[in-house]
Amino acid sequence: MSRGFDIDGAPKSLFAPASSENRAPSGVLTRDEAQAVVERAVKLSKADAVRVSVQSSRETNLRFADNQLSTSGVTTNTTIRVQSVFGKRKASVVTNDRSEEGLRRAVQQSEALARLAPEDPEYLGELPPQQYTTINAWSDRTADLTAEDRAKAALSALAPARAGKELTVAGFIICNASATAIGTNTGLFAYHRGTNANYTLTARTNDGTGSGWAGAEDNDWARIDYQDVANRAIDKARRSRNPVAIEPGRYTVIFEPEAAANLVGLMRNAFQARAADEGRSAFSKPGGTKLGEKIVDERITMFSDPADPLMLDSPFDNEGLPRSAQTWIRNGVLNQLAYNRFWANRQGKTPTGNSAGLHMADGTETLDSLIAGTTRGVLVTRLFYLRPLDQRTLMYTGLTRDGTFLIENGKVVRPIKNFRFNDSPLFMLNNLEGIGKSVRTAGGEGGPGIVMPPIKVRDFNFSSLSDAV
Amino acid sequence: MTTRRDFLRTGGVALGGLALSPTLLPALPSTLPGHASLFPPAAPLPPLYTDPATRELMMEALDAAKRAGASWADVRISRNRNNSVQTREKQVTDVVDVDTMGCGVRVLVDGCWGFAATQELTKAGVGGAAQEAVALAKANRMARDRRVELAPTPAHPDVTWRSSYTIDPFTIAVEEKADLLLRANAAALTVTNVRFVNSGLSFVKEERNYANTEGTVTTQDYVRSWVTMSCTAVAPDRTGTAVRGPEVVQPAGRGWEYVLEADIVNNAKVWAGEAAEKLTARPVEPGRYDLILHPSQLFLTIHESIGHSTELDRAMGYEANYAGTSFISPPEKVLGSLRLGPPMMNVIGNRSEVGALATIGYDDDGVQPEDFHIVKDGVFVDYQTTREQAPWLRSWYEKNGKPLRSHGCAYAQSWADVSFQRMPNVSLQPGDKDIGWDDLIAATDKGIAMIGRASYSIDQQRYNAQFGAQLCYEIRKGKIVGQVKDAAYQMRTPDFWNTLDMLGGKKSYMHGGTFNDGKGQPGQANAVSHGCPPARFRNANIINTGRDV
Repeated sequence: MSRGFDIDGAPKSLFAPASSENRAPSGVLTRDEAQAVVERAVKLSKADAVRVSVQSSRETNLRFADNQLSTSGVTTNTTIRVQSVFGKRKASVVTNDRSEEGLRRAVQQSEALARLAPEDPEYLGELPPQQYTTINAWSDRTADLTAEDRAKAALSALAPARAGKELTVAGFIICNASATAIGTNTGLFAYHRGTNANYTLTARTNDGTGSGWAGAEDNDWARIDYQDVANRAIDKARRSRNPVAIEPGRYTVIFEPEAAANLVGLMRNAFQARAADEGRSAFSKPGGTKLGEKIVDERITMFSDPADPLMLDSPFDNEGLPRSAQTWIRNGVLNQLAYNRFWANRQGKTPTGNSAGLHMADGTETLDSLIAGTTRGVLVTRLFYLRPLDQRTLMYTGLTRDGTFLIENGKVVRPIKNFRFNDSPLFMLNNLEGIGKSVRTAGGEGGPGIVMPPIKVRDFNFSSLSDAV
Repeated sequence: MTTRRDFLRTGGVALGGLALSPTLLPALPSTLPGHASLFPPAAPLPPLYTDPATRELMMEALDAAKRAGASWADVRISRNRNNSVQTREKQVTDVVDVDTMGCGVRVLVDGCWGFAATQELTKAGVGGAAQEAVALAKANRMARDRRVELAPTPAHPDVTWRSSYTIDPFTIAVEEKADLLLRANAAALTVTNVRFVNSGLSFVKEERNYANTEGTVTTQDYVRSWVTMSCTAVAPDRTGTAVRGPEVVQPAGRGWEYVLEADIVNNAKVWAGEAAEKLTARPVEPGRYDLILHPSQLFLTIHESIGHSTELDRAMGYEANYAGTSFISPPEKVLGSLRLGPPMMNVIGNRSEVGALATIGYDDDGVQPEDFHIVKDGVFVDYQTTREQAPWLRSWYEKNGKPLRSHGCAYAQSWADVSFQRMPNVSLQPGDKDIGWDDLIAATDKGIAMIGRASYSIDQQRYNAQFGAQLCYEIRKGKIVGQVKDAAYQMRTPDFWNTLDMLGGKKSYMHGGTFNDGKGQPGQANAVSHGCPPARFRNANIINTGRDV
């Protein structure tokens, strides 16, 4: 299977053994610390089954707007979730009190709630110990990023904006260091920690007619080129000045990776087997599902993999079930649906757990070649405020934003006003004209963890114009 | 039972310093007979906020900030509780109780903000957070452009406020909550073709303690409640589905009494019947119709097109990288001159409406809010502001002889989040005539009437919007002639509001609201209500959003 990425091409440091799990910044629990919390809670439990989830994090951020800093903060917190079960009666309590008393109270309260809760016929008991892939998503230099580091990055956009009097910039830098652990009274224990850094920037021209956005995300801040983010956003703002209105209608559209991720990324929520089996999903059909059927263009392959080097993720889900690589769409055919343990058990399938991220496999083109091959079309760089209209067709409405351009005879010729669209990723991926190289996107309405290429589709439905810049 | 005060007196000493913890709350009874409450029935909140120890911790945080170099600081210590029971069909899918406490410290150093939050409620913990906030602010001086200035506000040295709930939902046993939901589900499932039902109860309770270096110390607690239900009808041949919900009852800043009044067991059959009827509704014929919006739908249109566009931070570009800016800008060109609707249109910003979600006694700047006009007689006259923002409008206030003051719109979703400008209740005032929903329909020749929020989307400057509804009815010659499906209206905000030509009166005024309105980076949620009567808009553009696979 072609996956469009090469593990050997990734930085080796990210795949080194997790040798420093007992060294963590203030506020992020080490494996030993997390395991100690779990074991204390399990020991306090009188329930038939208990599951303890510990989430600890230290999040730092810097926000700027109107060419000046607005807020800057740091939050450290650890939450402990205790799920107690008697028979099939279960309930959860979440606390951030790690003291002995706090833990005891959480355990007792979840037991009291569980005793009162009606039976959950879908509860299958806790998992036995599992084997997990080791995924090193941690970067010390990202966990230790200082306020000075963040301010320096912000200045890469603030300085040119202030100097030129032409632009106003607004941006956000956020770094999160976190650890998740799950343990049960059946002997299961899972621990994963990771860092994540995200930088997004919007540049607006002071004449009020142009706006450009750019962003980058990585597990390691050092791999984010913040000067490149600044340059891209500023360039796009300048190029988008004085847009002209063109008629709404059906157009050939090239979506840059962020825009593709905004809309196509929403398909991740639609792969649930249960909804398909129950007849209320885009992948339902009378009498069954569309598993094994061609649903989009054969050049489309989509998968999730916690070890994907472009978006390293946790190797287990919130039940402690190992996450594995899943190919949802292979060469245009619906290859797999997502099964939780209950539905898999009922349908005789293997549970997939909730998936990690969504990755569309590379095509052979580049953004430039997609543009060069377009006689007349629209280049969309970002989408906004997407909302579902019909879950049976995955119809969404939403708008273009921060740089929309007209393409004529293979070239971007002018900025155009933004559009509202009413369309479905299923329709657009059936009207596919070309695919470029996939990149990790900076997040948006499709959520984090989306790797998308630029894509070109025909007959995309722009339903009305927007005056918004 | 160990009380919080007892613990503070004893445990605090044992720990070598002040310490607050959820462990101080009343312990759960080990056995719970019958409908026993999880906490002592009707017991008032432990006086966390009036306890000298809490106050002492807040003073320690402020002192630590000043010692580290802050010119101004504020501190919040809060306890945030969430309770949720979720069901589907005949089973309970989730029972969760969340209870967290912590401290957030915000400082100004040389006109730069810094913020730090910690769960460690000890002198060392809050002091450390204060020092960290100051360190952040100092580091950010290298990128400072202009200093933050705060609008003046009176100090409130020792005030308390409590929202208007009468039955604390956290005193109701989970079995009672689950039983209510399952009975409602059962009632819905008796309706032909209704195959799936989801329902849920969500409750929030907060004790919020605030102090700043100007001498304000406020202590508040409030409760919010929401019941949801979603009924899905499926065609016998599986060729279609129709959903009513999940927002069938508007959330409120009230307690368990709100749930009882919602009468969901009896109403469930009605909602399910509406879903079943929708299965056979004909597709709407696109075109121009007079549009009648029920408050359960109109509140969201107000929220998106008027509420968000009149936030001053958006207008000044502070949300540009996320939720967008606003067509109502720049202030000097729109204040007092931008006509947003006909003279009958009056929109009030407030944090005072009883039972509304954003109602509170004091905001997270320590300001006691007051009601204010956002739109007066159809003209835009003021923005929503915090203490940081009000000085940006100094010239407008001076020109109109108004005091420079914040409208009390500072809010943080928890102790772990920095406060910034969030929406108060933004409400469209009722009209002068005592008319209601039926009168608007009777006065309409060719129209569409919409009930309940469904799909909604608006651009980043709040011009172009598209709104659907849970229920859409066609009106012919003053009467409803049946449901239609796949209907939505597209609008351009200032044009749309200027087509407003009928407003319901006081008796038809009601609140709609949302529990989780997102804004900011890092994102925060705000609960907010919008009061309004039903209203009619002339010649709206109705589209059909349906399409086959």
